Amino acid sequence: MLREIIARLKQGHRTMAYPKEPVQLPERFRGYPEFPARVERADGEACAAACPHGAITCDGGIALDTGLCLFCPECTAGEYVRFTTDHRLAATRREHLLVRSGGEHQLARPLEPRLRSLLGRSLKFREVSAGGCNACEADTNVLSTIGWDLGRFGIQFVASPRHADGLWVTGPVTENMREALLMTWEAIPGPKIVVACGACAIGGGPFAGSPEARDGVDGILPVDLYIPGCPPHPAAILDGLLRLVGKIEGE
Amino acid sequence: MNDIFRTLHNGSAIPFDEVPRLEVTAFLQAIIDATDRGWRVSSYFGIPTESGATLCCVLSSKADGLIGMAAADVAGSFPSIARLVPQLQLFEREIAEQCGIPAEEHPWFKPVRFHHSFVPGRDAWGRNPGDPILPGVMEFYRVEGEEVHEVAVGPEHAGIIEPGHFRFQCHGEEVFHLEISLGYQHRGIEQGLVGGPDPRTPFRMETIAGDTTIGHMHAHCMAMEALSGTRVPARAEALRGIALELERLANHTGDLGAIAGDVGYLPTASFCGRIRGDFLNMTAVLCGSRFGRGLVRPGGVLFDLGEAERDDLLARLDAARADLENAVELLWSTPSVMSRLENTGAVSADTARELGLVGPAARACGLNRDVRHDYPYGIFRMAQIPVITTHHGDVCARTTVRWLEAGKSLDFIRDQLRQLPGGGCRNEPGPLQGNRVAVAMTEGWRGEICHVAITDDAGRFLRYKVTDPSFHNWAGLAMALRGEQISDFPLCNKSFNLSYCGFDL
Repeated sequence: MLREIIARLKQGHRTMAYPKEPVQLPERFRGYPEFPARVERADGEACAAACPHGAITCDGGIALDTGLCLFCPECTAGEYVRFTTDHRLAATRREHLLVRSGGEHQLARPLEPRLRSLLGRSLKFREVSAGGCNACEADTNVLSTIGWDLGRFGIQFVASPRHADGLWVTGPVTENMREALLMTWEAIPGPKIVVACGACAIGGGPFAGSPEARDGVDGILPVDLYIPGCPPHPAAILDGLLRLVGKIEGE
Repeated sequence: MNDIFRTLHNGSAIPFDEVPRLEVTAFLQAIIDATDRGWRVSSYFGIPTESGATLCCVLSSKADGLIGMAAADVAGSFPSIARLVPQLQLFEREIAEQCGIPAEEHPWFKPVRFHHSFVPGRDAWGRNPGDPILPGVMEFYRVEGEEVHEVAVGPEHAGIIEPGHFRFQCHGEEVFHLEISLGYQHRGIEQGLVGGPDPRTPFRMETIAGDTTIGHMHAHCMAMEALSGTRVPARAEALRGIALELERLANHTGDLGAIAGDVGYLPTASFCGRIRGDFLNMTAVLCGSRFGRGLVRPGGVLFDLGEAERDDLLARLDAARADLENAVELLWSTPSVMSRLENTGAVSADTARELGLVGPAARACGLNRDVRHDYPYGIFRMAQIPVITTHHGDVCARTTVRWLEAGKSLDFIRDQLRQLPGGGCRNEPGPLQGNRVAVAMTEGWRGEICHVAITDDAGRFLRYKVTDPSFHNWAGLAMALRGEQISDFPLCNKSFNLSYCGFDL
């Protein structure tokens, strides 16, 4: 027992102060996009055509769909798009993931008042990996470690859908997981919410267009929170969650 | 053996017509003879043809440090030799499922991933081509008798875990037999690669198994570089090696914590959960992504490492080493932990050899196999990492191997950071040459990863075969459970920590 106590003293208290203090992100982290240079239409259309994920469009001005974007370092839009280290990528509506040059940064919004009063202080999720590569799963799991300590916000991942208030989906929804996903959804008592975590769950990610998968959970279940990224950084996930339950507001 | 198989080195390409096309009986006999002499089957797959398939077998010979290849054409069906070479049983089922031709007299002939075959209308099990194929719908092995009962778990499990179905045949608490049925994560990766590569290929390679982004991407890049004749700068090779070992460290640390958690020992579980993140964050220092997304590309790496980042990494590495030692040493000095790890889920060396286990699971049974050492590639041709083996084959041995390997990886990364070669980080790869085959193997943290790429006349993929280490190792977990208490399943499972998505492709 003494050894454990000494080890505990050496390891120290390591839960981060976030959201009271800013989260530490690597310098090379690729987060919320911005458009430093003006794009001529022809250039914009060339970028749009070159993006292998179909994340860039040029209809009027260049726009990037963070739901489809995999945040590649070799972005085909080159100098026209810069990924900042802003981790606040989550949004509550699908169209808010479309980032336009000069447009407003749409952050995730709180649940409607009735749901917020019901779930705001105790929110339990049942996670279903529906074809995920285990990266979204891993960085969701990481929130429950002592560094992030998700429990301090009243948010938890639970073993049974019967104990859950919401469904947490990762992966593009493979044909072989569709039925299990829907059964889990059915088993969660209402009112209930859905989180699409990661590029796959939002739009199919790297597997978009595969005949063995469904290009995400949109159209199968009603989504309340979209968290872009391949995989999303834990800070992006936590930002979305805390905004959803109203524990972070404004900038 | 070398006169039957066409041999090549890891990470090289040869004209596909130099791979001997044998008559099927001679082909199978050659595989039987080679495995009898200690060669391993690294990959065995079919290229669908109008009447059947061209079977290709990739064997590896540790003694020679060489890879051997042979092929045979079959029509309608192909003979199974899984009774003689058990390590082939899953490969044969995979060939049957993908090419739509049955494996005759296969002792355990069941679907692998539950999808329609690559050839529309052809099915090895005679299922109606118009009907959907439902996962987990197959005949499970059953034990019958008084007091024998069956426990079915999954596809979904209690935590944030990938899906898979486990069927236990139990007598009281004792497990007689465990059958594992997967395929839930099947995303159609191999079929989607036919006619490739295309601009999306690197992203699919990085997400074959997200926790092995570097391991798989490195193998893919080696295949692409071999097919295009691209030389990789020394600095890029060193950075790839650093990223690969960081990936191993993150996952081994996570596993050490998870094993501690599964025996209810929370200090190590909590500490390692956090320290794992420290290693992931070091990968993010390299390339901005905790999983190494966007770092490795054909021709080299996309990110160089500056002086400041190098010093930052060295400091982080020292801190993480101290924390990890402090956390893990607790396990070995806590009798209640050791009594749970020792003699639990043992796999014998013979079983491991017959099943063709790889990675830490094999090394824990005393089998000295490690791609970095046996078929050196990239930086490992210049800097060797000692191979760790233990010999009890139980949970404790698999835990020990991970811990000792973590130490070797820490040493390796420190040495590499201190002596990074100068020069550039990437050479632009040229087009792929046509009618060639490349074989690339890397040692991911779970073990041997094998990518085989075959190009057509135009240099497009005729077939791209991916073999994740989990493909070899799931059978090892099933064997580890024999005679164990069913309540030890989570612990045994964690000690293997295999990939569902890497298996399901």
